[in-house]
Amino acid sequence: MSYSDKVIDHYENPRNVGTLNTADADVGTGMVGAPACGDVMRLQIKVGKDGRIDDAVFKTYGCGSAIASSSLVTEWVKGKTLDQAMLIKNSEIADELALPPVKIHCSVLAEDAIRAAISDYRSKQELADAGYVACQPTTSAIVAA
Amino acid sequence: MQTMLTNTEQPIYLDYSATTPIDPRVADKMIPYITQHFGNPASRSHAYGWRADAAVEAARADVAALVHADPKEIVWTSGATESNNLAIKGAAHFHRKKGQHLITVKTEHKAVLDSMRELEREGFEVTYLDPEPDGLVDAKKFAAALRDDTVLASVMYVNNEIGVIQDIATLGALCHARGALFHVDAAQATGKVDIDLQRLPVDLMSFSAHKTYGPKGIGALYVRRKPRARIEPQMHGGGHERGMRSGTLATHQIVGMGEAFRIARDEMPLENARIRRLRDKLLAGLRDIEEVYINGDMDQRVPHNLNISFNYVEGESLMMAMKELAVSSGSACTSASLEPSYVLRALGRPDELAHSSIRFTLGRYTTAGDIEFAVNIIRQKIQKLRALSPLWDMYKAGVDINSVKWATH
Repeated sequence: MSYSDKVIDHYENPRNVGTLNTADADVGTGMVGAPACGDVMRLQIKVGKDGRIDDAVFKTYGCGSAIASSSLVTEWVKGKTLDQAMLIKNSEIADELALPPVKIHCSVLAEDAIRAAISDYRSKQELADAGYVACQPTTSAIVAA
Repeated sequence: MQTMLTNTEQPIYLDYSATTPIDPRVADKMIPYITQHFGNPASRSHAYGWRADAAVEAARADVAALVHADPKEIVWTSGATESNNLAIKGAAHFHRKKGQHLITVKTEHKAVLDSMRELEREGFEVTYLDPEPDGLVDAKKFAAALRDDTVLASVMYVNNEIGVIQDIATLGALCHARGALFHVDAAQATGKVDIDLQRLPVDLMSFSAHKTYGPKGIGALYVRRKPRARIEPQMHGGGHERGMRSGTLATHQIVGMGEAFRIARDEMPLENARIRRLRDKLLAGLRDIEEVYINGDMDQRVPHNLNISFNYVEGESLMMAMKELAVSSGSACTSASLEPSYVLRALGRPDELAHSSIRFTLGRYTTAGDIEFAVNIIRQKIQKLRALSPLWDMYKAGVDINSVKWATH
């Protein structure tokens, strides 16, 4: 399998690798995929008071295309509002990285990860609005993702 | 001789079970048969034909000698895939009236499994045995699978992915006790294991040249003469190879296979001892990494194979990271299919470990320096990829990955 230069670039110099505190109210965590399928992505976003994504980090277990897809979306979501980020399509990710057909599922996973992170953030906000303490243990956040 | 893989632009080749380079001594011997001695070995009427025929027969004797067979028992084919097809379908078709049941193992090469599938489409019944978790076939389970209507069982000598060596003598004796033919795919065994067909209860055995420093596109099938193993040809034509495989013989390829097998016979003991030391050095350099698992039995195993799973790191991304090394992975993404290695799955390995597996196969041109370089690269890249892996984070945080409900996709 040969990779595009963009995949190799993201793979060799992954952007925004890291971890944010899952428990923070302004952090949304999306964990998608499964070890048995050969790829797991964890994407985390930190949302500012203006409703824009201030920071995004990832960690990914998977092939080069999966790592590149998640690295790319951390760059793309930064500065976007949640609604704008929800509009990112897997086909745009696949096009940008020139993924071959057998690797399209990597871009699908990256899109899912964005949605999962946003939905996690939003559900925390709803809980907070309802007067609950916004705090979730790590494992349940994972299961929810 | 040691010059072929020193080009620094090229990765270090640790994939000798995929294929081997042609030994320069083999190449030298082949070349005159492309240009000078180009005759058709079937031409009986002139010196060109006689010369080619003599070369083919000398090569046949060299191939037979490596496995202690009679040269008359060697049939040239295009490779082990064709040999497996010819042995399995040929024997099944010939003995169709005697019985319609066959036995094989789930970890066999696709050339065996797909030949079996084809026979199932034709109405035969096939039993696919599970190996034990160490990759070996349990003789009791094998015996229990044999029936009065079993015409043939097929078990590979050495597994291509995990390198385990099956107990061919025991399994063959069980077959013969029930009147079934025994076929062995020995593509990965020549030059690695001492094969003695005078003693082994084997009727049909497949060989390949390119796994043993010979050329691609040539192989052979051993067909026992006493007692005679009968097969129906799969390739019809001019009646070459005593009618078992028609087609003009590829003299230069055959000469190459003969020379490769002659060298293997001469150099096997020393070469295997040297390669085993290198393999053990590789293992010693990796085994103290956290969460590594060896796939397949380490004792009943060819000296040049190491198949190892680096948990929480996906195999394809590891191969991409180790671009200075040419290795292969049991992970899904190496092929068009998205399934992890069926061999590792058949051993009962969890899918995530199958996805994390790398096969290292060493060979004639591997040096101690190559292994030291490889160990460094591997350790460095495992660390890098684990720092990227959410599963490694979870493992380190004490989360049991298996207790998590994953949304499989």
